[in-house]
Amino acid sequence: MSTKKLLLGDEAIALGAIHAGLSGVYAYPGTPSTEITEFIQKDATASARGLHSRWCTNEKTAMEAALGMSFMGKRALVCMKHVGLNVCADPFVNSGMTGVNGGLIVLVADDPSMHSSQDEQDSRFYGKFAMIPTFEPSNQQEAYDMMAAAFAFSEQQCLPVLMRVTTRMAHSRAVVTVAEEAAEERPLNYDAVAANWVLLPANARRRNDKVTAQQADLEQAAAESPYNKYVEGADHRWGIIASGIGYNYVMECFPDGVPYPILKISQYPLPKQLVRKMLKDCDRVLIVEEGQPFIEDIVRGISPLQPEHEGEPTVCGRLDGTLPRTGELTPDAVKRALGIAVAEGLPVCDDIVARPPALCQGCGHRDVYTALNEVLAEFDHPRVFGDIGCYTLGFLPPFRAIHSCVDMGASITMAKGAADAGQWPSVAVIGDSTFTHSGMTGLLDAINENADITVIISDNLTTGMTGGQDSAGTNKFEAICRGLGLSDEHLHVVVPLPKNMEEITRVIRDEINYHGTSVIIPRRECMQTLQRHLKQKKNQTK
Amino acid sequence: MKTDIILCGVGGQGILSIATIIGEAAIQQDLYIKQAEVHGMSQRGGDVQSNLRISDRPIASDLIPLGTADVIISMEPMEALRYLPYLKRDGWVITSSAPFKNIPNYPDLSVLQADLAKLPHVVSIDIEQMAKDNGISRSANVILLGAALKALGIERETAEAAVRQVFGRKGDSVVEANIKALAIGQAAQN
Repeated sequence: MSTKKLLLGDEAIALGAIHAGLSGVYAYPGTPSTEITEFIQKDATASARGLHSRWCTNEKTAMEAALGMSFMGKRALVCMKHVGLNVCADPFVNSGMTGVNGGLIVLVADDPSMHSSQDEQDSRFYGKFAMIPTFEPSNQQEAYDMMAAAFAFSEQQCLPVLMRVTTRMAHSRAVVTVAEEAAEERPLNYDAVAANWVLLPANARRRNDKVTAQQADLEQAAAESPYNKYVEGADHRWGIIASGIGYNYVMECFPDGVPYPILKISQYPLPKQLVRKMLKDCDRVLIVEEGQPFIEDIVRGISPLQPEHEGEPTVCGRLDGTLPRTGELTPDAVKRALGIAVAEGLPVCDDIVARPPALCQGCGHRDVYTALNEVLAEFDHPRVFGDIGCYTLGFLPPFRAIHSCVDMGASITMAKGAADAGQWPSVAVIGDSTFTHSGMTGLLDAINENADITVIISDNLTTGMTGGQDSAGTNKFEAICRGLGLSDEHLHVVVPLPKNMEEITRVIRDEINYHGTSVIIPRRECMQTLQRHLKQKKNQTK
Repeated sequence: MKTDIILCGVGGQGILSIATIIGEAAIQQDLYIKQAEVHGMSQRGGDVQSNLRISDRPIASDLIPLGTADVIISMEPMEALRYLPYLKRDGWVITSSAPFKNIPNYPDLSVLQADLAKLPHVVSIDIEQMAKDNGISRSANVILLGAALKALGIERETAEAAVRQVFGRKGDSVVEANIKALAIGQAAQN
């Protein structure tokens, strides 16, 4: 029995996982992956079964917990944005060495064009060097269907599966045909080969040989996968290799059917035998892939084609400029690559101006930056190390308050390094959720050396940027700082409101003038969650 | 039959609920639909847009190619103008006339009005004021949808059924307010 639902790509993934007999999802919020876990948190079947869906402190704790669930024989899902994979790179790569017991899917949502991210990294490279098979759905239906297939493949190969999606897949809705019932969860299973899970060098070498040898099987499976297909075309002047969402843009260009041979790729390792067939049959090959030139690099490595045919390059894609080297693909970029005319719309209107995002009116981060700017104006060369969250918007006018934003938690450690170099004042601004994600260890380094830094943990009681998810450290920040060894004398809590400006500026000034590590916690609820909570309260009293 | 729609506005103005109603109407008619939206940082008061595609044949791309959109529905006049290169030469613009000024360099409104007036098919109405005057201040976006029904090729009855489906959970008064909003919008367009 099946039914139709209008689902975001992320929701299709979540429902696909539940229907495949998932036992737990582990994740830290990150655009564009957040809605997967949120869907599971609200799903009736997931609640009735008590599936794990609570937010984790960071991607590393999530990945390790999911691996532990798999170790016990159950199906587990871990979700993150692309840069989250950097945070959990250690357990991710080594899960390829241990292998799995219950199926394990590592869902990573890449963000080409950086709508809400600091880089454009393509997670398929991680799959390749970790020797972990990778799936890449090209539409919402495939994303749903692939979850059951990927869990089964993970169990069959005893390896995790990396499922890679991109923004337009994660955040686009379509009607998806779904099952009406969820498969049963897996029972606990004690058959995992214990030695595989203990990566002492002797075991790890054995596993490394095994997994390396297994790569040929994985490539053969990809060649036979229903998600990879080679469709013949009469015109052999071109062949097209298209992966993930790139495939849709090619199909958009040819509503009446593609005249050229086309190879759709949604499962890796790249099946080189299918690529070789295309290289042999076609004069030129165009590679259409969302993200970095991953397939293109491999194809260039195996291509027997001459570099040019009739004066034109033979392997075309992002590297030779046939498609833009960076940024998201668009149907128009693919049209241009194929020599199809782009429709002319109305001309660009010259009178419009940019409308960048901004901190909400009434947001506590605003008061923090107002106070900080007032105090720092008294110093010659202050440096403020920022972090990842809404408060990164403090870089923009009217505040222009931060000098760095690199990765989760970097504010504290970079401020310490700058102080070590002789910088003063050296200030870190970090949010509550980012602090527990990756800031606590850096604060311990600072406290152990009594580094001359002032740390502002701007606590809005939520993970704000991604829409207001629970923050792991709520109500624990003073205890955490004390536990790390900070003295009460240099630990302050203030309420960031305009009426408290005198107190806040005094505290900041005093702690900058103290030549050691101090922490100031401005604490006031996020405006977004506050409005939601007030609305809920109003509805309850109705 | 194929309709490509760009929905736009400023983060928080509620373009996604317009998309939800149109999507529901499409599903009731058993049409194919794709709707791409952007979440995250841009939702904090920045410009936001969603690509909504409806067709009686399967839809390949989640994004609308340049110069092919049939309709731009905008909650804000400057935002309507931002996406003109995506609009067909004879496409429709349905926009709220009230500016949302959260930036210091917002252009002179008369300049924007003149730009809008140059377009072949434009409906520019003050949905906020109309919503307030009719005591349905929370349904301004549905007034805009009502004004877009003709350009979208959606029958009023279909839109009403979709509103019932989408808002049913929130109670009869919310449903009635939004059905009234559709009628007000449709009347304003004519």
